[in-house]
Amino acid sequence: MLDALERNAPFPGAPRVGITGAPGAGKSTLLDALVRGLRATGETVAIAAIDPSSLTTGGALLGDRIRVRSSGRDPGVFIRSMAARDRLGGISDVAWAGVTILAAAFDRVFVETVGVGQSESDIAPLVDTLVYVANPGSGDELQYMKAGLLELPDVFAVSKADLGASADRTASELESARGLVDRAATAWSPPVLRVSARDGTGMAELLAALDAHRRHTLEAGLLEERRRRGARAHVVESLRRRYGSHGLERVGSAPGIDERMSAEPQRTSFAWVEVLSREIEDALRKPA
Amino acid sequence: MSDPVAPKRDRPWVFRTYSGHSSARASNALYRNNLGKGQTGLSVAFDLPTQTGFDSDHPLARGEVGKVGVPVSHLDDMALLFEDLPLDRMNTSMTINATAAWMLALYVAAAERSGVDPKLLQGTTQNDIVKEYLSRGTYIFPPGPSMRLISDMVAYSVSAIPKWNPINVCSYHLQEAGATPAQEVAYAMANAIAVLDAVRAREDVPDSSIPQVVGRISFFLNAGIRFVEEICKGRAMTELWDEITRDRYGVEDPKLRRFRYGVQVNSLGLTEAQPENNVIRIVLEALGVTFSKNARCRALQLPAWNEALGLPRPWDQQWSLRIQQILAYETDLLEYDDLFDGSRAVEAQTAELKRAAREELDRVIEMGGAIAAVENAYMKQQLVASHTRRTRAIESGDLTVVGVNAYTEAEESPLTTGGAQSILVVDESAERAQVESLEAFRRRRNDAEVAAALRGLSDALANGDNVVPPSIRAAHAGVTTGEWADALRVVFGEYRAPTGVGVRLAGDLSPETERVRERVRGLSDELGRPIKILVGKPGLDGHSNGAEQIAVKARDVGMEVVYEGIRLTPEEIVQSARDEGVHVIGLSILSGSHGVLVVDVMERLREAGAGDVPVVVGGIIPEVDAQKLRAAGVQRVYTPKDFDLTRIMGEIVDVVAESCAAA
Repeated sequence: MLDALERNAPFPGAPRVGITGAPGAGKSTLLDALVRGLRATGETVAIAAIDPSSLTTGGALLGDRIRVRSSGRDPGVFIRSMAARDRLGGISDVAWAGVTILAAAFDRVFVETVGVGQSESDIAPLVDTLVYVANPGSGDELQYMKAGLLELPDVFAVSKADLGASADRTASELESARGLVDRAATAWSPPVLRVSARDGTGMAELLAALDAHRRHTLEAGLLEERRRRGARAHVVESLRRRYGSHGLERVGSAPGIDERMSAEPQRTSFAWVEVLSREIEDALRKPA
Repeated sequence: MSDPVAPKRDRPWVFRTYSGHSSARASNALYRNNLGKGQTGLSVAFDLPTQTGFDSDHPLARGEVGKVGVPVSHLDDMALLFEDLPLDRMNTSMTINATAAWMLALYVAAAERSGVDPKLLQGTTQNDIVKEYLSRGTYIFPPGPSMRLISDMVAYSVSAIPKWNPINVCSYHLQEAGATPAQEVAYAMANAIAVLDAVRAREDVPDSSIPQVVGRISFFLNAGIRFVEEICKGRAMTELWDEITRDRYGVEDPKLRRFRYGVQVNSLGLTEAQPENNVIRIVLEALGVTFSKNARCRALQLPAWNEALGLPRPWDQQWSLRIQQILAYETDLLEYDDLFDGSRAVEAQTAELKRAAREELDRVIEMGGAIAAVENAYMKQQLVASHTRRTRAIESGDLTVVGVNAYTEAEESPLTTGGAQSILVVDESAERAQVESLEAFRRRRNDAEVAAALRGLSDALANGDNVVPPSIRAAHAGVTTGEWADALRVVFGEYRAPTGVGVRLAGDLSPETERVRERVRGLSDELGRPIKILVGKPGLDGHSNGAEQIAVKARDVGMEVVYEGIRLTPEEIVQSARDEGVHVIGLSILSGSHGVLVVDVMERLREAGAGDVPVVVGGIIPEVDAQKLRAAGVQRVYTPKDFDLTRIMGEIVDVVAESCAAA
């Protein structure tokens, strides 16, 4: 079914927008305001909230961060939280499947995840546009820059703009740091927006920035390329988790997989995972 | 007492009983009855719709009207509540927070209408929003606007109703939520500092009146069964408050630096098993806060022995009042100077508590104060963690609770053989009668005056004027509780507080927990994905400690937990359950409205085609109600006697396994 969904999905289909940032940065509140805005225009919205699992017990707490109240009685809003179950290495199959299904059924899909560091590079391949929500005065963005993740987001949203000075300071820090990243390949300079879900500041600008980024990536052919890279990441990460790097080598590792996927672009990532899994299992059964 | 020569005695504290139910008329009769028995002050319990700013006929109020307290929707309700009671001589404590400014306005308006000068009014509005975010859950507005309401009330009452305590800084609910004594002390102080800083920053409060403001801040404490520690806690807070008000606010008059506090002794430790033992617990806890002359409470309210079973009857409340009277009038407690001055053990423990509390207080102030520590979930997470340690200690037996995890062999209690008769059953027709009287009130008021008063209120909100005077005008004009709160919602917005259950704790390593973990793993493998549970709190009840502990434990045994916090409608719960694809739903309700809300959830699940998702329920649920819930399809019902969370988790795994086998 997943294979059929991915194969028959019209391009570009529903926009897939990632929302990421440190705990307490205001992601849920911002998302709530975005959803309200979009619902007012009639768009249906799905949210996939991806939480890191507890590594010791495998248990996970989901939905704690979702405070999207507008969803209560509205069938046009769907929220599904998922654990990034077998973490350390990549986003789970479940998340891939979830986003594929949601994109087929809703006008827009948000993928929300917490944390600074690994989780951004995890969800980046899942989405068309990545928004980083910066928490003024928290020092989180400093960690973010240090972690070398500044090149990932397509839009920076400095939350709690109603706080004034500290939001301005965070915004100017991000603006100056942004200049250090080479963006020649995409010709897109990520805007730094001051937003406040509380008084509505910057919400229209944020929606406009999401649309502008989508237009830009579509017109420049970047979106197709991004989806292709996403599909590749899905295949490579799924196989790596199942068979390890050792198993992955049997099908030529990432470059080999890349080549084969480019040669047969009509085959979906879910189909590739199946095909290559069989090949790896066959190869592992034979002596090297 | 029969001594021919009566020795000189101190004046006793104020005796109160937290009470109110069904309607203003029924509660008025109850108050007069209690005062007739020797109670010396009133403590008004409001129902949840009143506390959360809804009229009795609002859809969210369904099943909650008159349940945990009295419904007050307008001035006539308030006037009726105090009919034939001398407002100029009463000392009235109101457990009211988000809508405190409105209840105060109604009280002042009721006094004015009956010809009493508001300057003579004495009493307390609880008005502590921080602990609502942390534990009790009846907040409405975000922290910023809530602090504005509190500081408006302080600024107003200091001049207009000078004997009123506009805020009662509560550490009571923090202990209920699991706080250690040091946390209880630290967070209460942080909270008081947040209020005083907000008042000090106001332009309409001159610096010269800050000592008077400080003098009006009172506290509301909990007293647990470790009563020696409680003695020390009272002494530590008395000393700390003296130091803080002197050093931070420059109050020179020592009388204005006095730590004044009321107490409700602990309900968390009251047990459902062998409930007669609770009387002994209540006596010892009462002793803890009255023993020290230097740190004696100003007012005391005792719970009833059967509160873990349901709502207490008048006789149960009378028994608790008699405890106070015997302590104050029969014993020689009030004839002596402070009994602990010079006690090395008490002084050492007091000093240690002060030190630990100071350390935690500094940490909170460092991160920006009490409000910042609410918004970033720090305090909530600390409380959830402390509470988890406590529940684990009871499960493991490290903490002895007689009749619960030790000495459980017992004769049948003659006190509880009456079944439904051993608790108060609220008349189900009370809600309908209240709604009818509200409709009649709306018909007889002048709509133009109401509209004008609401405009005045909105203007004051927008202009930053003090909210109390236009609220008093609105009370006279016939505005209702829901209309007042809606006017504020428009300007302030509503708030969802962090749940704190994201706190990271080491897993419970007991073999019992490990066994449940293995079963969760096994069943998850069969299901193809981890067991997913929705923990939901339907209705207006905000006591979320139980739900939080279930959420933390479920994660600890390896389940995926969806917990979205308090005050959800049955519709929202059903939509979450369906969207999230959960295997089981756990509902928690402590307000007594389980009958209506649980059945509503079950019906909506069936309508949504999710009738096969099993439901378990926890709360203060009398056995007769539990039978009804089981008949309605609820798989398991848990009550306060079910302290063993590991066992509960094991049973939830059973329930999921059964429902999968049936599917």
